[in-house]
Amino acid sequence: MNRPTPRRWRRTGAAPGLATVTWLYIIWSLAPVLVAVRISFNSGKSRSTFQSPSTRWYWGDPTSSVWHDDTLHTAMGNTLKLAALCMLIAVPLGVAMAIGLQRWRGRLATASNGLMLVPIVTPELVFGVALFIVFTQVYTGLPGGLFTQLLGHVTFTMSFVVVIIRGRLAAIGDQYEQAARDLGATRLQAIRLVLLPMLGPAIFASLMVTFATSVDDFVISSFLSTGEATETVPIKIYSGARAGSTPALNALATVMLVVTLTAIGLAGLVLRRMRRQGAGDAGLASLTA
Amino acid sequence: MHAAGRSTRAWAGFALPGVGWLVALFVVPVYAVVAVAFGRIDPLLRTPIPVWNPLEWDTAAMGDVLDRLVGGDLGTVFLRTFWFVGLARVGCIVIGYPVAYYAARKASRSRGVLLAALVLPFWISYLMRMLAWTNLLEPDGYVNDVLQWLHLMDTPRNWLDGDWPAVVIGLVYGYVPFFILPLYSSLERIDGRLIEAGRDLGASAAQTFRRVTLPLSVPGLMAASVITVLPMFGDYYTNTYLTSGSPRVEMIGNQIEFYLRRSSQPQVGASLVLVLMAVLLVLMIYYLVTIVRQQREAAR
Repeated sequence: MNRPTPRRWRRTGAAPGLATVTWLYIIWSLAPVLVAVRISFNSGKSRSTFQSPSTRWYWGDPTSSVWHDDTLHTAMGNTLKLAALCMLIAVPLGVAMAIGLQRWRGRLATASNGLMLVPIVTPELVFGVALFIVFTQVYTGLPGGLFTQLLGHVTFTMSFVVVIIRGRLAAIGDQYEQAARDLGATRLQAIRLVLLPMLGPAIFASLMVTFATSVDDFVISSFLSTGEATETVPIKIYSGARAGSTPALNALATVMLVVTLTAIGLAGLVLRRMRRQGAGDAGLASLTA
Repeated sequence: MHAAGRSTRAWAGFALPGVGWLVALFVVPVYAVVAVAFGRIDPLLRTPIPVWNPLEWDTAAMGDVLDRLVGGDLGTVFLRTFWFVGLARVGCIVIGYPVAYYAARKASRSRGVLLAALVLPFWISYLMRMLAWTNLLEPDGYVNDVLQWLHLMDTPRNWLDGDWPAVVIGLVYGYVPFFILPLYSSLERIDGRLIEAGRDLGASAAQTFRRVTLPLSVPGLMAASVITVLPMFGDYYTNTYLTSGSPRVEMIGNQIEFYLRRSSQPQVGASLVLVLMAVLLVLMIYYLVTIVRQQREAAR
């Protein structure tokens, strides 16, 4: 971005108090999760007091451990399947849409841009209800369950991709593409050979955000779930609370946590490499902007 | 002229698949909610029959919902939702502002770890974080242990028995990371020279904060509030999860979910969705305008 970087604010006496508050907040935000992870290694059935360490709820228990309980690893498989397919569909759609919306002019273009932004401010509950109604009343021919859940996840995440990519496109400007065109590239060649590589980090950031959003989604998956075979990990955690469940739920959540954080960590490393290779700052910032 | 027309049509082609997707899976579904809210119910199967033509709309369900909203049972639920969301927003500001402020003014070198810690909850599933809270708040959980150890309480208390503090704390805990990030990025953009100028002209640190930093952070504060308040209004899982579905802390989202999925009056649920969207419209438009303005500034 071209805005002037502000000089660092002058430090004043208030800083130590703020530092304490900040670190207390960080402990408060993460400690419960660590406790939940610890309880997943509980040998007993309690989900609140830790007795002694064991891997019973991961694979030890012959019926209700994550390894042996079919419903638990079905849920995990569903969650990962949805997230992977959602990335594969939402990101290409969103990138193309961002490139198109950035240059397309006219009343219809303005309307499309507005339409693209509305999902961002729409509560997930409205999404869930609207998709639930449309799949039961209008698009009744579609196979229910994972397929409609996937359509829902893509609809919910696509606009985030567009916003991230557009932030990056605005920073790149059109001079590089113009130079490629002047050198004889066709429009598609200019996009493929010049623009897409420059968008690399932003595309990567979009993949990460899409993945995290899909894995995290509860409302849409739940409204479109057709039964046990289409439950996801968040649904499992949610319904487990009532059914007097075991630390297997914590184990399931822990496995998902490890999978997500590993994926995000690896992605973060790749992103850093891409940035170091001169691609500039990517779009994660534009998500929070 | 001709070339320009062809060029813009080519760009439209890029946007078209996405636009088509949103029309089919966002615009049509939202209109389907309207069609069900103002539609009829099959007398035998009790399933909704959407009515697409506005001229044939049946407003009985909506009238009924509006009656129950003004001073009726749904009014109580709506009011409670406003209270919870309002309190949670206050909590987000009280906790989130100092944190975002500190992160924004910390020297860049040591900021990496801090930012990573602030972004981390974003990657941890929301319901896992709620699961963590239920583990802590159970009668024999760690919260009671700590409180008893500190002699603040004699007998363990069941925090999950359906009282509102658990819900508000849960909402704050769930949404504050999403509040901090946008606020941070707006605070970080405040030009440090303005603050130095305030100090150089003789204002105290507190005065500078009140007269310079705080006014400059209002847009960021608003954006962060809106982006967390909107999903909170549609939240029905946090309160249900933390109170095992106590009706005393029911929010409007619970009513919507109930009427659509577990009752024979889906048109009432659809009407409630429309009422909710009407209430949130101002916030939604406010946020959309800020995004469009940012897009324009970035394009300049």
